[in-house]
Amino acid sequence: MATIVAEATGQAILHEEHEQSFLRKYIFSTDHKVIAIQFLIYTLFFLMIGGLLAMLMRYQIAWPARGELPLGGIFPESMVASGYILPEFYNALVTMHGSVMVFLAIMPMLVGVWANYLIPLQLGTHDMAFPRLNMLSFWAMVPAGILTLASFFVVGGAAGAGWTLYAPLSARPDLTGVGLGQIMWLAALVFIGLSSILGSVNYITTTINMRAPGMTWMRMPLTIWSLFITAILALLAMPVLSAAGIMLIFDQTIGTSFFLPEGGGQPLLWQHLFWFFGHPEVYILILPAMGFTSEILSVGSRKPVFGYKAMVLALVSIAFLGFIVWGHHMFQSGMNPMLGLTFTVSTLFIAVPSAIKTFNWMGTMWRGNLQLHSAMLFAIGFVAMFAIGGLSGVFMASTPVDIYIHDTYFIVAHIHYVLFGGSLFALFGAIYFWYPKMFGRMMDETMGKIHFWLTFILFNVVFFPMHGVGMVGMMRRIYDSTGYAHLQGIEDTNALISWAAFGLFASGFLFAFNFFWSLKKGRKAEANPWNATTLEWQTPSPPKHGNWEEIPVVYHGPHEYSHPDVEDKDWLAQNERPDVVSPAAGSH
Amino acid sequence: MDWALPPNYSTFGVVIDQLFWIILVITGIAFLLVEGGIVWFCIKYRGREGARAHYTHGSNRLEIIWTVIPAIIIAILGAHSALVWDDIKGSSNRPADALEFLVVGKQFEWNITYPGVDETLGTADDFTVRNQFHFPVNEDITILLESEDVIHSFFIPELRVKQDAVPGMTIPVWFDATQTGNFEIACAELCGLGHYYMMASVTVHSAADFDAWQASQAPAAAQ
Repeated sequence: MATIVAEATGQAILHEEHEQSFLRKYIFSTDHKVIAIQFLIYTLFFLMIGGLLAMLMRYQIAWPARGELPLGGIFPESMVASGYILPEFYNALVTMHGSVMVFLAIMPMLVGVWANYLIPLQLGTHDMAFPRLNMLSFWAMVPAGILTLASFFVVGGAAGAGWTLYAPLSARPDLTGVGLGQIMWLAALVFIGLSSILGSVNYITTTINMRAPGMTWMRMPLTIWSLFITAILALLAMPVLSAAGIMLIFDQTIGTSFFLPEGGGQPLLWQHLFWFFGHPEVYILILPAMGFTSEILSVGSRKPVFGYKAMVLALVSIAFLGFIVWGHHMFQSGMNPMLGLTFTVSTLFIAVPSAIKTFNWMGTMWRGNLQLHSAMLFAIGFVAMFAIGGLSGVFMASTPVDIYIHDTYFIVAHIHYVLFGGSLFALFGAIYFWYPKMFGRMMDETMGKIHFWLTFILFNVVFFPMHGVGMVGMMRRIYDSTGYAHLQGIEDTNALISWAAFGLFASGFLFAFNFFWSLKKGRKAEANPWNATTLEWQTPSPPKHGNWEEIPVVYHGPHEYSHPDVEDKDWLAQNERPDVVSPAAGSH
Repeated sequence: MDWALPPNYSTFGVVIDQLFWIILVITGIAFLLVEGGIVWFCIKYRGREGARAHYTHGSNRLEIIWTVIPAIIIAILGAHSALVWDDIKGSSNRPADALEFLVVGKQFEWNITYPGVDETLGTADDFTVRNQFHFPVNEDITILLESEDVIHSFFIPELRVKQDAVPGMTIPVWFDATQTGNFEIACAELCGLGHYYMMASVTVHSAADFDAWQASQAPAAAQ
């Protein structure tokens, strides 16, 4: 039934193609592919902004007493005075680097870009279930971005209470010096929540209802599984953040005291609400990356994903456990220590599905025929870096050890191994991998490989030593660490980290150059440049409006590579009838 | 630079550090296994012209092995962590006859209220000193941690003590220093513009020295 409706709309969409104005086609488009590209440009821009904020922080951390900020003169006096980054600006940098990266770069790049792009194509349908909601989910991000950027230039500057917005600091302008900037960021968060909720409803509905004939649940590519589970997480978690954010705006503006003790409120309530959202958020930020990695590793190894069912089960169990571990962010918060015990146990057990996934990725590579192109290198890099981020998490999950390392650079190292070494590596891989489908041209491989090696090496020079700095005891979010006796002797390491960070940021421009240069000059991509099996590769690059002339029929699982009964090639597309290629190949 | 934990001078620090090193060994082995495996596979199975990958959808036996082994290690580690945590933080393990201090964080200083010679808080001989925390060695110390404005975090690295100070709450924290010396309280939770200099000195005295110091302060504070 659903399929028939989808086909009918698809036909309508195909016929409409010629009548669309420029505005309807490229700006207020309801085509999931155009929306995905809009999200991609948007998020790449904010990735650069977030990186820029980090560079300013790294300058301050490495050379707190020097001043002489290069190009410091272009900043207003309220941010940089005679070459010195001011403490209030530093707090804004800390806060907005985290906020921009999480909410305006990584999350919408994982979900907004790839859920939009891949769900209809990999499921074999014409578009999303609710194309107009989908358009709205992008356009809700626009005011969020504008509010965020504008907040730097209002009186008091941008939000400065950390991306975690801990009350009462975030709720009382008299204690931070930030008034309007904080409210603008909270308002931006409400828009982001709206965008995410609208998107999620769409992804879930589309995945449930609009799969092509034969596309059973256990034949869906792992990208779809991970994006589907992510959408459920976002739908359950984002409303909590939106509600908490609105309560915090009320505390700021109309005198309520949800989080303020003097009016009968409870600062820990904010933390419970924030982390009830925030920990599922961590998985929102990693599950899609796991999906892309599984997909790229399978294509690049020319092998089916090792343990497909175990991978799906691990995704589901990570998502479930992700909702009952939020308290591990609060071990030292003043929460009853007995609660800490239960959260330790649930948290440690998340290591099990994470280990299952890591071993299955290695299993996928085992005895493969590895094609080490840029996308594959980033996918392998993801596994290698995610493993470090996962293992360093064990230190924090162990509550007694967390007493010492909580709120130190050890945590900063951990989160970046997961979010940068994990999510962003997978995103780079995904862009190299699906770029030809999106734009009909290949990205340059040489530049891609140089970009990978620069990123991989510099990333580790930046973030691995942070474990060491954290062990020494350097606190997070510190404007100047040189005044502390126990932090003497880390200056050289901090300078090394900063130099490597500048290089890492610069290497991003090589990627950006490759991205934009290849739009015009890249080699023309055929429909299926990677010899991949999933449905999106069985339609032209780029696919036309409506994706398919005729809805494909799916005959088997998503990763049939190197099947022994298929002789002339090493892959079997999901919509290839196995008995046509070889009678015996139909078993899977 | 030494990438090392600072020297430990508290009773709890011994078990915390021990657990740190145990986890480092376990995760270190896992790290070598995974990273070594990835590098080995990349070299051994790198693509060759005409080569064909081994066709397999997985192995239930392997799935069980790499589910059960991490689960067992994690369960043991979790149980051990829980026991140590309870020893350190469990309210039933709060020392009964500890010397008590009131520590109040506010932007951007630590105010320490001393119990005075009667060793009891809330009596007339209490006195408060800004940014100086003195206490005797080898004795159970309990601080009652409060905050006047925003959340701060009371952190003495060498004593392996960290606890958030939350406005509206009084949170007991106890520890026992094993050596005399001079340390610092740092604030570990972003608390505003002056977060980075919210620092107080810590002096761990011998019992006799502490009594002498307290006696020298009391008259000054009384004025």
